[in-house]
Amino acid sequence: MNKASPLKSLRLGLFVLAALVIYAYGFQVTDVNLDEIQSETRQTRLARIIRALFRPDLFEYEHEEFQVNTPISVPCPAGGVLPTPRPTAGEPYLVLTPPCADPRAEVTVEGFNFEPNTVGPLNFIPPSGVSLTMANVETDSDGHFAISARLPNRPSEEVQTIRAITRRNVGAPMWSQNARDTWSKIIETVFLALLATTLATILAVPISFFAARNLMRDVTTSLASTALAILAWPAGILIGASVAGWVGQASRMLTASLAIHVGAIIVGPLLIWGAARWAVPPEERRVPTIWLRLARQAALLVAVVISVLALFLVAQLASDLGAALRDRLGALGFLGEFFADLGDIVSLLIVPIAALAAGAVVGSLASRLGQMLNEHASGGLWYTLHFGLGILGGTVLGLLIGGAIGWLYEISDPVFTRALPAALGGLGGLALAVRTHAGRPVAIGLTIYYLTRTILNALRSIEALIVALVMVVWVGLGPFAGALALALHSIAAGSKLYSEQVESIMPGPLEAIKATGATRLQTIIYAVIPQIIPPYISFTMYRWDINVRMSTIIGFVGGGGIGFLLQQNMNLLDYRGASAQILAIAIVVATMDYISSRLRERAI
Amino acid sequence: MLSVQHVTKVYDGTVRALEDVTFDVSKGQFLAVIGLSGSGKSTLLRCINRLIDPTAGRIVFDGVDVTAANEAELRRIRRRIGMVFQHFNLVHRSSVLTNVLSGRLGYVNPALSIINRFPAEDVHKARLQLERVGLADKASNRADELSGGQQQRVGIARALMQDPDMILADEPVASLDPVLAHSIMQYLEQINHEDGVTVLCSLHFLDLVHRYANRAIALNQGRLVFDGPPDEIDDQRFKEIYGKEAERVG
Repeated sequence: MNKASPLKSLRLGLFVLAALVIYAYGFQVTDVNLDEIQSETRQTRLARIIRALFRPDLFEYEHEEFQVNTPISVPCPAGGVLPTPRPTAGEPYLVLTPPCADPRAEVTVEGFNFEPNTVGPLNFIPPSGVSLTMANVETDSDGHFAISARLPNRPSEEVQTIRAITRRNVGAPMWSQNARDTWSKIIETVFLALLATTLATILAVPISFFAARNLMRDVTTSLASTALAILAWPAGILIGASVAGWVGQASRMLTASLAIHVGAIIVGPLLIWGAARWAVPPEERRVPTIWLRLARQAALLVAVVISVLALFLVAQLASDLGAALRDRLGALGFLGEFFADLGDIVSLLIVPIAALAAGAVVGSLASRLGQMLNEHASGGLWYTLHFGLGILGGTVLGLLIGGAIGWLYEISDPVFTRALPAALGGLGGLALAVRTHAGRPVAIGLTIYYLTRTILNALRSIEALIVALVMVVWVGLGPFAGALALALHSIAAGSKLYSEQVESIMPGPLEAIKATGATRLQTIIYAVIPQIIPPYISFTMYRWDINVRMSTIIGFVGGGGIGFLLQQNMNLLDYRGASAQILAIAIVVATMDYISSRLRERAI
Repeated sequence: MLSVQHVTKVYDGTVRALEDVTFDVSKGQFLAVIGLSGSGKSTLLRCINRLIDPTAGRIVFDGVDVTAANEAELRRIRRRIGMVFQHFNLVHRSSVLTNVLSGRLGYVNPALSIINRFPAEDVHKARLQLERVGLADKASNRADELSGGQQQRVGIARALMQDPDMILADEPVASLDPVLAHSIMQYLEQINHEDGVTVLCSLHFLDLVHRYANRAIALNQGRLVFDGPPDEIDDQRFKEIYGKEAERVG
């Protein structure tokens, strides 16, 4: 076994050779260039940037300025050099060598008795009075400096001036404009990331259950029930949307008078509570009669319609109240604005959510009906249902997909948007009907699992930067576009991470809860959720942290946040300014890391 | 009470975990299931409440065909069969009381249980069960703060909350020391005697089988190789059940 065979050594040799080739190619395509990075100009530039990055522009001072002039003739006059003024003892003075020179000649400027350890420009002042910067000077601890600089191309008959300016900071340090901008933008960034993370978490948590293999693996259903659900979903969505829309219309009649409005908000929940109380008994040993169950469903339906109405009313009230508060609260006006926005968001979302919920309810009722038919029908009837519903379901699904394709690619030819998809769907349904039978049901759980995973993977591979570009088009430049882009990306990334946590829970408690006769939903609530709370908290915090860092990139394309400022400073080559923003991001990330580790400790 | 008829379970089309197993259990029996690790004991117990679907055969519990039950019927069967596990299978991060209450999930209204609301009489009952297993003061502790023996007692309390007609115990004492093993087995015995609950219990140690069971069945590579009173397991039978090289311990 362990004998060194020639074949083995040959394989190893080939492997090493292959690795060599791969890395050589890698070097070539990455343009690895070692000569360039050793050149002096590159290195001084790099050093300048690194030094600037380590000196963030955070503070500024009031300045006191000192100017020291010395005359110079450019070029040297025929009649000889002017006498240099004698320096006064204790006063700062400049010495030029040589005292006169040709344009563009190099001169050495020495300064004495300056304020120690200060910096400032060395200017050339031609007769026109403008300042031409020749160099920057920095005095040592004795107040002395010496620098050689090139004279500008300004020949003149007149005597010109070289002026050294040094500045001394006076008074206490103050936050610089850059620091104040950084502060306001980092706050914006943190809250932008918070909104994105919150929105994403709310959606990602339920989605993650659909993307968890261990929960979805065992979910199977008969073809008849799947097909009926496919038929019922669109119908449910239509019903839900129209009922919610109608209730919304009706709610406007109640909002005319404030008294009726508030009264309805108080009475509504009481009605809902009463209906739910009657229709949802705490515990039942006997299976209730079909009529009692129908009556209960009807009561719940009424309760749901009243809830939708109450939601509309509450949203409208919040919107009105918020708008009124916004103008009266002064500095806290943003709270009123928040309430008004919340109200508007709720009224916007009621109809789509009601539509989806109705789709789900009608779909699950139809699925249950299908299951019942599947169990009670036998012989020819069973086959008729199995094949008939299978083909019908496939056709409807094909039509829905065809409609989507038609919209996306703007095709109006009914052959491609109706006939062909319907035929293909019907064939698919037929094939499925042939493949499935009573002992081998449709693996609907795994289908949903793969579908969810595929959509999430596709969504996740689109960088937030690109989503931000689309969002900027939709909602305009600013942090809101950035928040939406980050949210979309976080939903995909979060769902994946969460679902992997669900997949790695201990199976024992799941089994135990199932064995008590719990429903699927109860199993999730009692066996799955307690196990995933700590990882969900830490992933959510981590996501927030990622979103803060990502918002720097989002800002580059106009998605708001600190990235906007950072990019501006980078473009202006103001590395000290940019450094302040980088520092702010680092501080926020470190703080959040600390907070999340504390939270995790508590939650485990 | 329970009738297992020609039950076969094949995993992934190749591993034959159970091979044509047939036996009946009458009400009030304490039946021990013995056999080597991997002989199919756990699979058999899980087939009875269909945590695992048998590949072939029929299981009838109290006149109801378990193998043919739909989801709703299966839940109504499961809630009458309590289950106790080798690794206790408590939800670690939930309180002891919630773990015990979760035994009622098959009875309570699903909508209310989602928001963790249980009827007052269930809560009262859960406290009584905890008192019965001597853990009344631990109700609000987290389950993972308890020792192994205490966790298994919570597991028993959870099974009792189901008002079970039968309890399936899958190696309930295999993770516990001998002293604790006897105390847990005594709880099961008490439930069997006082409440008349049928018990199916898989066990490793023959002295426990002799001490507590009034009937034993043995599995070897998925086949039923013994069915009778525990006293009949002599050296000859022992070698049939556990293989020729096996030696008796304990």
